[in-house]
Amino acid sequence: MSDELAVRVRGLVKSYGSVQAVRGIDLDIRQGEIFAMLGPNGAGKTTTVEILEGYRRRDGGEVTVFGFDPGRDRAKMLPRVGIVLQKSGVERYLTVIESVRMYASYYPKPRSPEEVVELVGLTEKRDSRVTKLSGGQTRRLDMAVALAGDPDLLFLDEPTTGFDPSARREAWEVVKNLASLGKTVLLTTHYMDEAQYLADRVAVIAAGRIVAEGTPATLGDRDLLGARIRYRLPAGVTPPDTLPGQPDVNGFTVITSADVLQDLHRLTGWAIENRIALDGLEVTRPSLEDVYLSLTDAPGLKS
Amino acid sequence: MTALRLTGVQLRYVNKAFWRNPASAFFTFAFPLMFLVIFTALLGHYTVQIGSRTVNTSTYYVASMACFSVITACFNNIATAMTFQREDGILKRAHGTPLPSASFLGARILHAVLVAVLLVIITAAFGRLVYTADIPTGLSLLRFIVALLAGAAAFCALGLAATAVIPNSDAAAPIVNAIILPLEFLSGIFIAFSNTTPAWILWVARVFPIRHFVVSMQAGFIGTPFSWTDVLVVAAWGIAGMLLAIRFFTWEPRTG
Repeated sequence: MSDELAVRVRGLVKSYGSVQAVRGIDLDIRQGEIFAMLGPNGAGKTTTVEILEGYRRRDGGEVTVFGFDPGRDRAKMLPRVGIVLQKSGVERYLTVIESVRMYASYYPKPRSPEEVVELVGLTEKRDSRVTKLSGGQTRRLDMAVALAGDPDLLFLDEPTTGFDPSARREAWEVVKNLASLGKTVLLTTHYMDEAQYLADRVAVIAAGRIVAEGTPATLGDRDLLGARIRYRLPAGVTPPDTLPGQPDVNGFTVITSADVLQDLHRLTGWAIENRIALDGLEVTRPSLEDVYLSLTDAPGLKS
Repeated sequence: MTALRLTGVQLRYVNKAFWRNPASAFFTFAFPLMFLVIFTALLGHYTVQIGSRTVNTSTYYVASMACFSVITACFNNIATAMTFQREDGILKRAHGTPLPSASFLGARILHAVLVAVLLVIITAAFGRLVYTADIPTGLSLLRFIVALLAGAAAFCALGLAATAVIPNSDAAAPIVNAIILPLEFLSGIFIAFSNTTPAWILWVARVFPIRHFVVSMQAGFIGTPFSWTDVLVVAAWGIAGMLLAIRFFTWEPRTG
């Protein structure tokens, strides 16, 4: 069972009229993995997820969720998945616990509603009406409702869009809790930090295609890309000939370095020898955000 | 069997939410009784001629308001509530669970029919106590129950079908009223037909289901002739509504 893929997608395509929303996506999501699809708005994330959830028909390609085709065998697939849509309401005149109980009643082997409410941290709001919840609490109720049937796979479509930082943290902790229960999670987001914090693996999607895939640490060969050394020299001093850097707009000299240790040693040795101050010296690696922006903003990618 | 059990469970939650919603409870329950009191106060000392019979306006309005309450509880409620739930994403969410669509919609319809029956009982009891109106008994009670259930189910189906032409939540109440209020007037619910009623109004009343529903219900209250044709016309409209709903009802929000 554990070798079985939770989600397998090959060559998925989908168009709306003349707009190609998804242009050939392949995905393998293993059981127990938190997988993030990261991409800007309109990249095709929601379309892909809603095809996996069986809400939309695909134009082509193969899709299976726990071996079931969401287009053909949706009824067999649904008891094993929980769905948190981008925007979806809960009956407003029920309380938190009543909502979870109601959704639990739809599933063959539900989780105890009390346990689910605790899992998402809403125990104190257990008997509050849905209308009395804050935005972050409502989102956690969304997750509770999706977890009511004790699914093996949870779809989370942009779980924290529009949240303030503390509400995001709360939602993140819930997702982390799920991982510890061995659930598989497919998450879409347009926040780099969210993917970095939550996901075991990330696929960057832009204009309907996956442009990079990997762990947050290795995504887009981030670990292999050169680091940047940046410093500022006093007026009239020129950089050493052995370490030619590029001046940037702020008056800094920037070196792209393949061997940081060596280059830094040479630079600081030169500075000490010549008694030159290196103002604002810093070494940085490209952030996930840099990688993401370079991947999704690549010219010719936008349709 | 599972679908049946799930319908039952779902019905309980629909019922719970219904009574906690002050607007639905007020409009559904208070309106018909309020209208009954107002119309009877205004026009209660007149009589209405139905065929060869002369009927007190108060008795006439007990039957009319019973019909009005069934239409409100079924058509208006289902059309607006389902539109709100669709736009809130509640329908889409439910559609992503193993709950069969038939159980979800079945519970809704069953609930509306039960509320309609309750309203008719309240209206009849109120009419009996306050206006000494007649209430159906014996064989006419049986026919009355069939007409009532057929009407309630038909107006539920038409309410589901109506959601297809409602683009968003804000439009729900106006569109529902724009459909139903003129037809209620043109079917003699609020103002009784007379010898001078224009032919075109009679024709409109003949085509749409409300008049037929009213006539079949009046038979129980007033003792006017009962015709199965009326019940069949109402049922035919219900089936048409169901077919339209199957074709055009959507679970996905139209906006946002």
